[in-house]
Amino acid sequence: MSKSFDRFNGTEKYIVSPALRDVVNVAISLGRPLLVKGEPGTGKTLLAHNIARALGKDLLIWNVKSTTKAKDGLYVYDTVQRLNDSRFGTGDVSDIKRYIHLGQLGRSFTTAERVVLLIDEVDKADLEFPNDLLNELDEMSFYIPETDETIEAAQRPIVVITSNSEKELPDAFLRRCVFHYIEFPDADLMKDIVHVHFPNLEKKLLKEVLNRFYWLRQIDNFRKKPSTSELLDWIQALIAGGIEPEKVAKELPFAGALIKKEQDVEVLQAALERSGKSGPLGLRSRF
Amino acid sequence: MFMDFFYTLRQLKVPVSVTEWMTLMEALSKGHAQSSLTSFYHLARAVLIKSETFYDQYDQAFAHVFRQAALPPDIRQEILDWLADPLNRLELSDEELEKLQRWDLDKLREELDKRLKEQDERHDGGGRWIGTGGTSPFGHSGAHPAGIRIGGEGGGGRAIQIAAARRFRNYRTDVALDVRQIKVALKKLRQFAKEGPEDELDIDLTIDKTCREAGEIELVFTRARKNTVKVLLLMDSGGSMTPYSRLVSRLFSAAHQMTHFRDLKAFYFHNCVYQDLYKDIYNNEAEPTPSVLKNLDGDYKVILVGDAYMAPSELMSVGGAIDYYYHNETPGHEWLSRIADHFRNCVWLNPLPQMAWVHPTIKAIGHVFPMYPLTLDGLEEAVRKLIVKH
Repeated sequence: MSKSFDRFNGTEKYIVSPALRDVVNVAISLGRPLLVKGEPGTGKTLLAHNIARALGKDLLIWNVKSTTKAKDGLYVYDTVQRLNDSRFGTGDVSDIKRYIHLGQLGRSFTTAERVVLLIDEVDKADLEFPNDLLNELDEMSFYIPETDETIEAAQRPIVVITSNSEKELPDAFLRRCVFHYIEFPDADLMKDIVHVHFPNLEKKLLKEVLNRFYWLRQIDNFRKKPSTSELLDWIQALIAGGIEPEKVAKELPFAGALIKKEQDVEVLQAALERSGKSGPLGLRSRF
Repeated sequence: MFMDFFYTLRQLKVPVSVTEWMTLMEALSKGHAQSSLTSFYHLARAVLIKSETFYDQYDQAFAHVFRQAALPPDIRQEILDWLADPLNRLELSDEELEKLQRWDLDKLREELDKRLKEQDERHDGGGRWIGTGGTSPFGHSGAHPAGIRIGGEGGGGRAIQIAAARRFRNYRTDVALDVRQIKVALKKLRQFAKEGPEDELDIDLTIDKTCREAGEIELVFTRARKNTVKVLLLMDSGGSMTPYSRLVSRLFSAAHQMTHFRDLKAFYFHNCVYQDLYKDIYNNEAEPTPSVLKNLDGDYKVILVGDAYMAPSELMSVGGAIDYYYHNETPGHEWLSRIADHFRNCVWLNPLPQMAWVHPTIKAIGHVFPMYPLTLDGLEEAVRKLIVKH
């Protein structure tokens, strides 16, 4: 197996499934953008942070918003500033370069070292947004007409794109990506993940906590199912409150850390009654 | 065997292109995933499949193609052999194209669809795939249906098991619909026009103005483009719709949560539209249909949801309304035609499966409104129909 490219193996703070690890390495070695989807709270954004950390690279983050245009990532031509300078004579307006500001994608092409570029929540932007980036991501170069310059990537950045499937992405864009859907971690992987954050957690408490957590996860009617980050918050609360494992098994203390929507509280209440465990809910503190 | 995989994916309507297949070749030749079928499973999935909604089809294709193959635990040699064969580079030769044609794709697809449906009905947890082996038109050898087990012989077993578990069933788009998916589909319902506050800098006009002012900077702002789509949602609350009430309420809440429509109006009707529409599901608070038609412009996009399944008299006769105390002077069909005439873009979404659309009233309504199944695919088609400009 060739060793010519950077290999990603997860970090001590970020547990990665073997499938995802392979996919990351494929994307790196093919030089293609990696598109990551998955339920909220499965660590899509953290993945890029940890690829950067594991490989010792800098991370550039381009947060996409509903108003973001593809060109913003390449460069912005500050016309107003230039106009202003020409009016008040405060700068050298003949040097147009002074008014060209590179965006995150543009910067990732020009750095001397190879960087990791995270394009976060690409689906937030307009539907045409990904299509406008096709060529730039393919060729890793773009042209600035104002200065008659072509910016070319000296080092192809490792591009990680996350999406929450709020909008569908165009086919042409998808064809160029390597895709991975991060599944919700199963109990074994979750054990490892919890261990990373709470290395000293009692085995018995962990077992009860995970039992309860996956019991909650299989209730279908929740508007928002509890995710990893909620589980970690919950454990934190349980530890801080000094709750015994037996109590976790019997009731659901601090359920407010797991369930965040009012409708979901009712769903939970109903589910608890069905399972005959309708003890006092630890929700009073929150609602 | 690997080529079979590609074509099986295509037959399952997974949008796999030659570009992606070539990418997979590149990855394999760079030495990825040659050690085990499991890593090949993940690699091929990452490169070929671009949406979790196709993971299920991928699993099926994978289980189908690689189950019969008794692969050694180390598949390196197989991949190398296969890569060495220039035919496998997928430069489609005439010979291969011809081979494809001989397969008679349509018939295969038809057969496959039939089987898929059969299995959905049986709901036996997805453990057994379409492959009742010997009888399958895809199959190679004639194994007895009962004789095929998952995780069969050879080291291929584990990846097959992963595939055969079909954990991604719930992500398929042609089966179920949840609020979020509906929202994604409805997002495509948009038409832009310049509207709202003037908050975008118009550079050309600014320069022009500034020059006219002899260099005194004068900023000119313009309006941003906004979505101007207005939606009218008409939903059947009749008794035969009860099994679909959850589906319809999901559609309603998705439409309700959409913030990018300029306006959303929703009304209910009972089996068919007559002179009144109702503001609530229990048909208590009425709004006369003529006033709805008068108050709403023809540019509202109309989505009617109903099974269109009723007694022919309910649709065609004066006084045909199903409620005993309710008398209609004008037949329902006439009211529906008036809606179709008034609004330029209308669609009818039907929760009944398409193959059940044989009842006379469904056919008759299908002539008034373009009818689509209430699935994600159907919804997307309907949305495409709605944004056509006249």
